[in-house]
Parts: sequence; structure tokens; C-alpha cells
Amino acid sequence: MPEIKLVNVSKYNCLDLNLTINDGEYFVIVGETGAGKTTLLNMIAGVLEYSGTVLIDGLNINHLPPFKRGVGYLLQELALFPHYSVEANISFGLRAQGYAKSMIKERVSSLMKMMNIDHLAGHYPHMISGGEKKRVALARSLAPSPRILLLDEPTSNLDAQTAKYLRRELHFLLKNLGVTTVHVTHNLREAEEIADRIALISNGLIEQVATPVELFFNPANSSVAEFLGMPNIMECNQSRSLSSGLVEIVMGDLKIILPYDGRAIKKIAIPPDAVHIYDEHPVQPLLNSFIGTVEDIIQNNSVVILILLIGKIRLIAELPTSIFDSMSIERGGKVFGAIKIERLRYIGS
Amino acid sequence: MHLFTIGLRKTIWKILPVLVFFALWEFTARFNRFSTSMIFPPFSTVMLEMMELVKCGLMIKNLADTLFRVFTGLCVGTITGMIIGIAMGWRKVIGHSLSPVIGILYPIPALGWLPLMMLWIGINEMLPIMVITISAFFPVCYNTASGVRNVDRMTVKAAHMLGASEKRILFEVILPNAAPQVFAGLRLSSGMAWRTVLAAEMVAIPTGIGALIMKGESLVRVDIILSCLFVLSILCLIFEKILEALEEKWVGKWKNCA
Repeated sequence: MPEIKLVNVSKYNCLDLNLTINDGEYFVIVGETGAGKTTLLNMIAGVLEYSGTVLIDGLNINHLPPFKRGVGYLLQELALFPHYSVEANISFGLRAQGYAKSMIKERVSSLMKMMNIDHLAGHYPHMISGGEKKRVALARSLAPSPRILLLDEPTSNLDAQTAKYLRRELHFLLKNLGVTTVHVTHNLREAEEIADRIALISNGLIEQVATPVELFFNPANSSVAEFLGMPNIMECNQSRSLSSGLVEIVMGDLKIILPYDGRAIKKIAIPPDAVHIYDEHPVQPLLNSFIGTVEDIIQNNSVVILILLIGKIRLIAELPTSIFDSMSIERGGKVFGAIKIERLRYIGS
Repeated sequence: MHLFTIGLRKTIWKILPVLVFFALWEFTARFNRFSTSMIFPPFSTVMLEMMELVKCGLMIKNLADTLFRVFTGLCVGTITGMIIGIAMGWRKVIGHSLSPVIGILYPIPALGWLPLMMLWIGINEMLPIMVITISAFFPVCYNTASGVRNVDRMTVKAAHMLGASEKRILFEVILPNAAPQVFAGLRLSSGMAWRTVLAAEMVAIPTGIGALIMKGESLVRVDIILSCLFVLSILCLIFEKILEALEEKWVGKWKNCA
């Protein structure tokens, strides 16, 4: 399991990047389109000429061609060979590197079983679904047993459900294989779900490298905070365990009940889009509901930001303009709200 | 059973228009008041004349000459076209250097080369072969270059990442992916070769189907001309079908990819 180190590497808009990715780590690089994520992967893979140094396990690999770097690369476009069957696609790298036929057969068969695509062996890429194509491309990248795997937006162009399953499987599989993984995505929620550590990249600069929780609670600068969606970060005044793995936390006049195994929660981050707003009292009883006063309304292009006061607590909520327009919300008026617990992040004591 | 019925229906719909065409030909030739059967012979007369020509060996001999010329010219032209096309598509420098030359020469009609070749080569067996070679070369070269150039660069990058050598990338990734366009070029070349051989034989060479047509013209034997044209069209169709079958065999399984 190798460690990857980038020392002052530069190409295109990526300037003097320094980064260390640890042995066996599932490392996710997050950033907007054009931030330099794929360029970074291409430099590690060696498919792009760059300045600076890339070290794997302390060895300078600048002079090594891509396939000698021990790196597997799942391209965003997948780039399956359309004229080869699934089986031939997976075995391509092994054939190219001169492995014995019996070994190739064994390895391809075990990979197809591992990726649940053994029933597709004779199919051509145009005959299989998007999710299956991703699995085939992943199996092809894993076939030559790389020590490092680079994944460029592996769940893009998939429906939400398939993407969710795939990223969980990916995480489980690669952690089990002990492959050092560098996963690139623009989806922060995806990164939070699977990353050991996240690097946030913007305009070719690495803004922050941290664990998902650290990133949320200690954004390094305003640009990171903005990318995270400016979460409401609150200190919990009281936190008490309820029965059956639930905990109730109190922040001024705001109370939230959420599932938690530990004893108490110290800090909580509430993303503005996790706050649901109603202009009338909801008909059904809602968990974690509150009544607040609208202190300010900020209109952006597609979203409206509401700054709410719940007693002495200030909470930022965000809702789509179309929904805001269908409601009668004004400054100083009362609104009803509820907090969706799925997207909350917290630090325990 | 159901599939058999569908297949049969398709075949009938392919054959029926041809049969209707021949029936109309026969009917019009026999019952029109404007021309004699010598100027516009019925289909049955043309068929009978063709049988006669086959029996006396004239058709077979001329056909063999023509086929040899077409086959040789087509092979030399398409193989050279493919090699140069691959080089142009694979290596940018070669592509940039040769594209203007190919661009200037490609639009020249095949028959435009004929007088030049008559002076350079003389009137002999090499003349039609050379003209066919030239006419077959350009479509294949152009299409191969464009096919190789248009291969998804990401598949090449993936192959490179997987440790494939340049040679393996060329033969196992680039060429199979460029094959549909190469076949399009081959079909164009094949059609071009038949048109060219006919014209070359009519103008300069005393043997071959084209020469037989010219003999028919000098004897005012429309039935000979039509039987030669009929044989030519059948041969063109056979060449086209062979190429179609080869294309289906090599790229049919995957070329409908999304």
C-alpha cells in the first residue's frame, strides 16, 4: 500500500500543488468543474507532462510511463473498448502486459464475480447499462492489480440510487483490497460519505485537506465555507441521551432529536438546505420543528436565503426561489420550520 | 415460425420491386409504338443474348479480363490507401503534410487521369489497372485517415494506461474502431473501380466488358450492350454484398453502440 506525495507539481491552472495521500487511504478530491481535479489525477497517472515531483513510497516516479507507476485509472468517460466484449475489455491490460493465459482467465473470472458482472462476460459495452459499464471499467482498472487507484467522477451520469450503491460498494471493496484510492468528484455529499480525508480544490489550489467532520466544522477560509454551503455551526448548550440510541440537543430555543450512539454532542452543523420552511403551521406533526421570525431575506438567482431568529438563535435557511415565490414570507413575519436530520454533522464529546 | 414468416415477407418485399421492374421493361419494350425491338429490346431478348454470349465464351473471356483488372487495381489501390490513411490519421505530422496533396488530387475524376496514363504507361494491360488503382486509392485513404483520426482518444488513453504498446494500440484499438469508416471507403472505391474500368475499356483497351459494349454499339446491338450492363450491375452488387458481409462479420456485433 503506497503513499503518494506531490511536491510543487504544476500543470495548466494547478500551480505548485503539495499533497500527501497516505497508505491505503480513501482520499477524495472535491471541487467545481474546471477546478483542476482531473489534471491532478492525470499528473499522478503520468498521462500528462508536468513540472514538480510525484513520489510513490518516497520514490520519484516522474520518469515512469503510466503503466509502470502501478496506478489504475477509471476515466470519467470510462472509455470501454466498444469492439471488445466485457470479458475482453477486462483482460486487455493483462494481455497487454504479457500475463499467462491461465492467469488472465482466473483473474478476469474472479474480478467479474467480485463486481457482480459475471453474467455479462460475452456482452458488448453498448448492450449493458450505465451502472454495469462503470463496474466493467472498474474491473478493467483493477485487473493488473494496481497499488493505487484513481477514480474520476465514478458515479457521474448514474441515477441517485445506483450512484449510492456504487459508491458504497466502491468504498467497501477498495478498503478491503487495501488499494490507496484517489477519488475525484464535484459532489460534496458523496465525498463526505466515503472519504477518509477530503481535499477541497478551487481554481487549481488546494484550499483545505481534512477529514469530512473537520472540513465542516473548521473550514479553512470563506471559499471553503461557501463551497460547503455555509452551514449553521452551533455549540450545544445541553445534550442528553434518550432511550433507544437517540439524543436530544438544545441550542437556546432550538431543540433537535437525532439518532446518536455516544453520550453527548458538543457541536452541530446544519446545512441551510436541511432546514425546511413552511409559511403556515404544518398539518402533520413534525420532528425537530420550530417557529422563527424572519430577520432578513436575501435573493440569489435560483435560491433564497432566509435568516431566521429562533429566540436568540440565528439560523440560516435556503430554499429554491420557485418554492419561496409560492409562499407568503416577509421580513419580520413568522415562519414554521423543521430540520432534516439526514444531513446534519456533529462532534461528540 | 413467426420469425420465418417475417423473414419471408422481407425477402418478398426485396425481390418484388425488381420483378415488377423487369415485367414493366418487358411489357414496355413489346408493346410501345415509338421504338423497334432492336433499339429497345425486351428483357427476355437481352437474357437470351446474354446466354448466347456466355455459350460462345465471349462474355466469360471479357468478364475475366475486366474482373482481373478491377480486382488487381482495387487491391493495390485500397491497400496503399489504407496504409497511407493509417499513417495520416495516426501521426499528426504525416496527416498535416499529406492532407493538402490528397485534398488537391482527390477531386480529380478518375477518367481525368486516363489521357495522362495513356502517355505515361501506354495502351496496355497496366493502363486500366493503374487508373483503377488511383480511383480506388483516394476514397479509402481519405476515409481511413478520418476513421483513425476520429477514434475516441479516451480509449487510446485507457489502453495506454493499461500498458499497451503503440503497436497493440494501433492494431487492437485504433484499427478496429476505425473499421466502419474504412469499410465506407472500400464501398466507395469498389463502385469507383467498376465505373473506371468500364470507361477505360471503352476508350482505350480492346478487351473487357467495356470493349464488348463498344462493339455492341458499333454493330447497333442494343441487346449486347444491355446484357453487358446487366452483368456489370450484378457484379457490382456482388462486390457490395461481399463488403457488406465482411463489415457485418467484423464490426456488426458492436457498431450499433450508443
